[in-house]
Amino acid sequence: MNEPIIHVENLCKKFDDFTAVNQISFDVSRGEIFGFLGANGAGKTTAMRMLCGLSFPTSGMGTVAGFNIRTEGEKIKSHIGYMSQRFSLYDDLTVFENMKLYAGIYGLSRQQTLQSIDEKLEQLQFASEKNTLVGALPLGWKQKVAFSVATLHRPEIVFLDEPTGGVDPITRRQFWELIYNAAANGTTIFVTTHYMDEAEYCSRVSIMVDGKIEALDSPKKLKEQFSVQSMDEVFRTLARRAKRTE
Amino acid sequence: MNMIEVNGLTKRYGNVLALSAVSFSVAEGELFGLIGPDGAGKTTLFRLLATLLNADEGTATVNGFDVVKDYKSIRNCVGYMPGKFSLYPDLSVKENVDFFAALFGVTLEENYDLIAPIYKQIEPFKDRRAGKLSGGMKQKLALCCALIHKPKVLFLDEPTTGVDAVSRSEFWDMLSNLKQKGITMLVSTPYMDEASRCDRIALCNEGKILCIDAPANLTKNFDTPLYALAADDMFALLNAVRSIPNMGDVYPFGEFHHLFSHSELDCGKVSDELSKKGCNNLTIKKIEPTIEDVFIKLMNNE
Repeated sequence: MNEPIIHVENLCKKFDDFTAVNQISFDVSRGEIFGFLGANGAGKTTAMRMLCGLSFPTSGMGTVAGFNIRTEGEKIKSHIGYMSQRFSLYDDLTVFENMKLYAGIYGLSRQQTLQSIDEKLEQLQFASEKNTLVGALPLGWKQKVAFSVATLHRPEIVFLDEPTGGVDPITRRQFWELIYNAAANGTTIFVTTHYMDEAEYCSRVSIMVDGKIEALDSPKKLKEQFSVQSMDEVFRTLARRAKRTE
Repeated sequence: MNMIEVNGLTKRYGNVLALSAVSFSVAEGELFGLIGPDGAGKTTLFRLLATLLNADEGTATVNGFDVVKDYKSIRNCVGYMPGKFSLYPDLSVKENVDFFAALFGVTLEENYDLIAPIYKQIEPFKDRRAGKLSGGMKQKLALCCALIHKPKVLFLDEPTTGVDAVSRSEFWDMLSNLKQKGITMLVSTPYMDEASRCDRIALCNEGKILCIDAPANLTKNFDTPLYALAADDMFALLNAVRSIPNMGDVYPFGEFHHLFSHSELDCGKVSDELSKKGCNNLTIKKIEPTIEDVFIKLMNNE
């Protein structure tokens, strides 16, 4: 159990002569909330796609949930949860139907499916909206339902790509409480965000600049290291060093 | 004369009320922010003012022209940068600029002074197709195209969404420069920390305007005692605060939790109580609100 849930060594991804991800190495421990930050074009999305088994590394190696990212991409996909701001549920299916569909895709049994859906609806206090079409829900609720769908199959780790973009300030905080809760129950969270206050919620934060990880530590230690008051200032100091223009 | 006048604008899409009797005005030369999450009605409002949609109820004028009767005059004197990249991806940077200039019967050279500070940043890529530009470059090109005819009013719909903190701040610097040149601007954003860059802001949610004022006034008039709390285990602290009756609402706020208290607190006493509940290394202090605190309070009052 003590082996890291993500282990990456010298991971590289090149597109022709452009090195999008340049020799990154890091570990994520089980149960951590790991913030994966960087300016636009720093290489976050490319790195995340490799970790999720969606893109093949040019060089380097890594494991996610015990599976090799070079050779076991399909196994990784079935053992992780994934949600992005752009990832949409099906608007013309109800909340329940969306959950059931994804439970089916992840191969849950009928009994597991129903039990898991009940748990999620109760956690969201959303049982009354079970038969509402997702298209009729406010964005904030869609995002909360999307998070539940991404964790329905009880993955050991869930990848969240800007999950709170455009969401109102109260819902944004409720969303982070869902994350806190999942982490308290042992799920590892790997999250990207443009809101620097959200970086403070993470156990550890990595900041990518021009394809490399330039900083990796707890928010407290990063602020000490850069002698600044906020994660926003840490981010700005590092992002200003960027040479490439996306 | 106000550059923008909005009176009771209402817009429905089927059963969805996108905009509910919204009224406000923007003075000439003002930088006015519409601040709110997705679904607040910001884009609908821009489309109504840019004469791309008609309202169900209410009236509006831009530069003294009525948005329904005088739509042709409005289209000549406003620049509109939609939230979604809407230039021609198959045309080069220069071709896009020339195209928009031709539409308005002007040339790049004619209004070069106005757009030069922005255009110079994309000029090295002027032969690149717009579709192949990075996000930040696309944004600058879109701003150039919206400014090419030297508009009196600029509509910017979420120009900084999905953009990192450094690029966002650079974009607002560009807007401050345009303000110096006398252009009136209506800008929307979901990022509350950008509020302070505006002269006045309207906080909006679910089709309504919650309030309108200068950012500094909004925080100055906040009358709820507000406290920042931190401890070693922040999630446990959140639950501990909630377990004490009548404390008020508490929300995670980055490094600290913010407590919207019902009354002035004895910080020492609260600290003792939370320590008894197992919270270690407690910090509790009274703080000044941010725009986001104001927004949360107004949402809760609704």
